[in-house]
Amino acid sequence: MAAQDAAPTVESNAEAIKTVQTNSDYVWTLVAAFLVFFMQAGFAMVETGLTRAKNAINIMMKNLMDFALGSLAYWAIGFGLMFGVSATGWFGTSGFFFSDFNGDNWTYAFWMFQVVFAATAATIVSGAMAERTKFIGYLIYSVVISAIIYPIFGSWAWGSLLNGGGWLEDLGFIDFAGSTVVHSIGGWAALAGAIVLGPRIGKFNKDGKPNAIPGHSLVLAALGTFILWFGWFGFNPGSTTAANTDIALIAVTTNLSAAAGAVGAMLTAWIVLKTPEGSMTFNGVLAGLVGITAGCANVSPLSAVIIGFLAGILVVLSVLFIERVLKIDDPVGAISVHGVCGAFGTLAAGVFDIGGFNLDKVLVQLIGIAAAFLWVFSLAFIMFKIIDKTIGLRVTPEEELEGLDIGEHGGEAYPDFEKVSK
Amino acid sequence: MKKVDAIIRPHKLDEVHTALQEAGFSGITVSEIRGYGRQKGHKEIYRGSEYSLQFVPKVKIELVCTDSMLDIAIDIIVKQSKTGEIGDGKIFVSTIEEAIRIRTEESGDAAV
Repeated sequence: MAAQDAAPTVESNAEAIKTVQTNSDYVWTLVAAFLVFFMQAGFAMVETGLTRAKNAINIMMKNLMDFALGSLAYWAIGFGLMFGVSATGWFGTSGFFFSDFNGDNWTYAFWMFQVVFAATAATIVSGAMAERTKFIGYLIYSVVISAIIYPIFGSWAWGSLLNGGGWLEDLGFIDFAGSTVVHSIGGWAALAGAIVLGPRIGKFNKDGKPNAIPGHSLVLAALGTFILWFGWFGFNPGSTTAANTDIALIAVTTNLSAAAGAVGAMLTAWIVLKTPEGSMTFNGVLAGLVGITAGCANVSPLSAVIIGFLAGILVVLSVLFIERVLKIDDPVGAISVHGVCGAFGTLAAGVFDIGGFNLDKVLVQLIGIAAAFLWVFSLAFIMFKIIDKTIGLRVTPEEELEGLDIGEHGGEAYPDFEKVSK
Repeated sequence: MKKVDAIIRPHKLDEVHTALQEAGFSGITVSEIRGYGRQKGHKEIYRGSEYSLQFVPKVKIELVCTDSMLDIAIDIIVKQSKTGEIGDGKIFVSTIEEAIRIRTEESGDAAV
């Protein structure tokens, strides 16, 4: 017999349409999550391209393990703190190890999307702490940021996206895909780490003048930047977690901001450094992307261009300021790209809101920016200090000079190449 | 037997090598090196900082020949690699005490 059910009714059709929409939501959200996952490769390539070959295995391992450990920590603890039921609006208290799973597969889809965001925040720090951090110290940090620091702030801004709720989002805080929730969290943790570690050997002269320590492959850094740009099309449009036409505008603002960021950074480098410096220009792309991440869904395309362009200018000036004035060694510019531009992007989402400028909105954005800095920088600083005083955060000078690949991992990333170690 | 160490501009290697082959020199060693003489390096910029690349990339050719072929070798290398600008390179000549072909265990001029 042909499997012909009763003739469709209006009700059954409506059900079927809803099912298709729901299934589409799942597909889009998960595909976007897979794109964001691929950003881990992007971060790995950017970081290794801008650092020396003798530390390449270490960079790969840090990027791999902050995702691996971070995923496990977020499954065990972080997700519950961020999206569990929140009586106070300050942290969640349910859903650890998926313990509150009730058969709704959306829990899994949403976790998958959120874990790659958490991992993005975690991996930002690896670049700022490159070339001198003890591997075990970094592993501990990875667990702490994914389990505690990131998700608690995340619950303030995004908790109601699932079972929780947050005081910051209740104020009307706008951060669609995470300029603050992800990028500033990573950026300020990176700042804390870089400060506690101190600069690489040879980075600053006795008179404080910074020396160039060139990365070993701008080609890899460029590849990494393109991969991040690609992955960002999951990061921003995916944050609808729904298959609808909103994703079109978000993709446009994302792309325009990245492009404008490249231009802004290149022009700034051309003027200030007298040359269209490669690594700064690629940083500009990322600055534009970070800068639009908060407002990608509530600003116009023209605003996105302005935001990206300004972020590009800002990132170059910030890198120079942090290095030359603050004398903090950030090998890849992570603090500037993610911390500074994350804050800028969050502010921009208020200033350029498509509904029109509203001072109250902007003030809420500022509250969020300040709360993120205070929460993350203090906790991260204390955590890194504790690690430093107990098992030690920095490698020995001998190991740093020889290269962490040998000291921390017993190998060489490029054994076939004759390297001139510096 | 004489050894010729010639430091030349990298892009001159093909011309020098082809001419040496045509003249009958059957063996040569080539390495990529960096160095400077009167030709200084140049300044580069990386992110916010300037740094000096004092060493200039060059190619070093090493070949061992019989005494009678020495002048021919020098002549070819100079003619093919000279541009007249600072940075053309240098040739050093030394005397080789012994040479052995491993496969046949011949020694002396026959091994060169």
